[in-house]
Amino acid sequence: MSIVIVGAGQAGLQIAESLRRGGYEGRVLLLGDESFAPYQRPPLSKKYLADDIADERLQFRPVEQLTKQNIEFRPLTTVTAIDRDACEVVLASGERVPYEGLALTTGTRVRPLPVPGAEHPAVRYLRGLDDAKRLRSQLATAARVLVIGGGFIGLEVAATARHAGKTVTVVETLDRLMARAVAPVVSEYFAELHRGHGVELRFKVALTAIAGNPDGSLTATLSDGSTVDADLLLAGIGVLPNQELAAAAGLECANGIVVDEFARTSDPRIVAAGDCTLLINRRFAAPLRLESVQNAVDQGKIAAQSLLGNAVPYQDLPWFWSDQYDIKLQMVGLSQAHDSLVVRGAPDSAAFSVFYFKAGELLGVDSINRPAEHMLARKLMSLGISPSPDAVADTGFDLKTLLPAP
Amino acid sequence: MPKITFIDVDGTKFETNVASGLSVMEGAINAGVPGILAICGGSCACSTCHAYVDDVWTAVVGGPNDIEDATLDLANERKPSSRLTCQVTVTDAMDGLVIHVAKND
Repeated sequence: MSIVIVGAGQAGLQIAESLRRGGYEGRVLLLGDESFAPYQRPPLSKKYLADDIADERLQFRPVEQLTKQNIEFRPLTTVTAIDRDACEVVLASGERVPYEGLALTTGTRVRPLPVPGAEHPAVRYLRGLDDAKRLRSQLATAARVLVIGGGFIGLEVAATARHAGKTVTVVETLDRLMARAVAPVVSEYFAELHRGHGVELRFKVALTAIAGNPDGSLTATLSDGSTVDADLLLAGIGVLPNQELAAAAGLECANGIVVDEFARTSDPRIVAAGDCTLLINRRFAAPLRLESVQNAVDQGKIAAQSLLGNAVPYQDLPWFWSDQYDIKLQMVGLSQAHDSLVVRGAPDSAAFSVFYFKAGELLGVDSINRPAEHMLARKLMSLGISPSPDAVADTGFDLKTLLPAP
Repeated sequence: MPKITFIDVDGTKFETNVASGLSVMEGAINAGVPGILAICGGSCACSTCHAYVDDVWTAVVGGPNDIEDATLDLANERKPSSRLTCQVTVTDAMDGLVIHVAKND
């Protein structure tokens, strides 16, 4: 009797602990291919990069707390194949580990820069702790930092680098920041924020080539023919789901390992959770992939329940956050499909929220330095309460009154 | 190192020494106190490290800042003594602190 979990990130750890909390008494093996015990990724682009926290504070648990829960954590363990007929996973060492239930929490990897010269040693990506260590040490000696990609990772790194006194340029192929996630009014606020801190933003240009210089720096050529010299280039242009192991085992994969609303793959003995899955959430019409702490945790719990024989549908509300400088951006729901929006508060006051609607129904809310409104929106949306656009637009109206009496 | 006693929802006591400078949440996690989940890792974004400061200690520990105050609104069974333990930094003055874990899920 054993359950094997492939991937020791947030989702994998969540499944392991949820299995124990759910009363599972068999073996639980948590296999990670990194050398580190399960750790938090969000600080890697923020506090950790700024050298504000020690490595051990990134860990979710001291390893002895895993041992205490009888979770067998194995670092530096790569799974090379899943033998579904024998119900075994095959390790790089050749060892075969039998399973009665298997969980895939393999996460993602960074999308590599598709340009000549991208193998230059001053080109860095940020996904894992190893990446963060290298980035941090190279950042320490760099004067000029070039960030490719105006998304969350790129902007958090830009903010951290600027805070450390570096000259920072951000290149974004679209015409605004975080374009896939937030409305133009939010993009514009953050563009002004970064400019105000002295970051140069370059929109609607793409990186086309990287050339090395004798002093170890690089020169990046952009699609408009201009060049940018940098001592360090950080590429944050998205991630790819780690689904090859699943695909090779014949599990259905698309943009991620395909799972149903119970986090089950096309093999009933195998679940998957976290960034690597193309998932079904009852709140949304179409399958989607979510790269977030919330999803790793909530879907991880669902996956553990499925392994325990309890089918609990996934219907948790997505939420996200990003810290840039001293500004906290908090997001709830998925707002991409909105047909109207209402800004509550004034963007120039550095505290406002954007409420997104479709056909008058609230889809999501982005809050900038308005944690109370973010929390309230989470509460309202999880209860299925949708304030009207008019109510939201009326700043004299207390949205709290929409909550049911306690 | 200040000694902190955590009392979980079942009444089980966990005594642990926590270095000054760490958060009360980190002390709980390192000691394996059940019920302090800290899903967001201490970013004041989730409220799953919610606990009640023992009445004797509320003055020493102090109250929440604005962000924490708002986040606590989402927590289960908020009381006047509620804090998010990720936002409480341990100091030498907290030697003997008693924390009652809230019902976090």
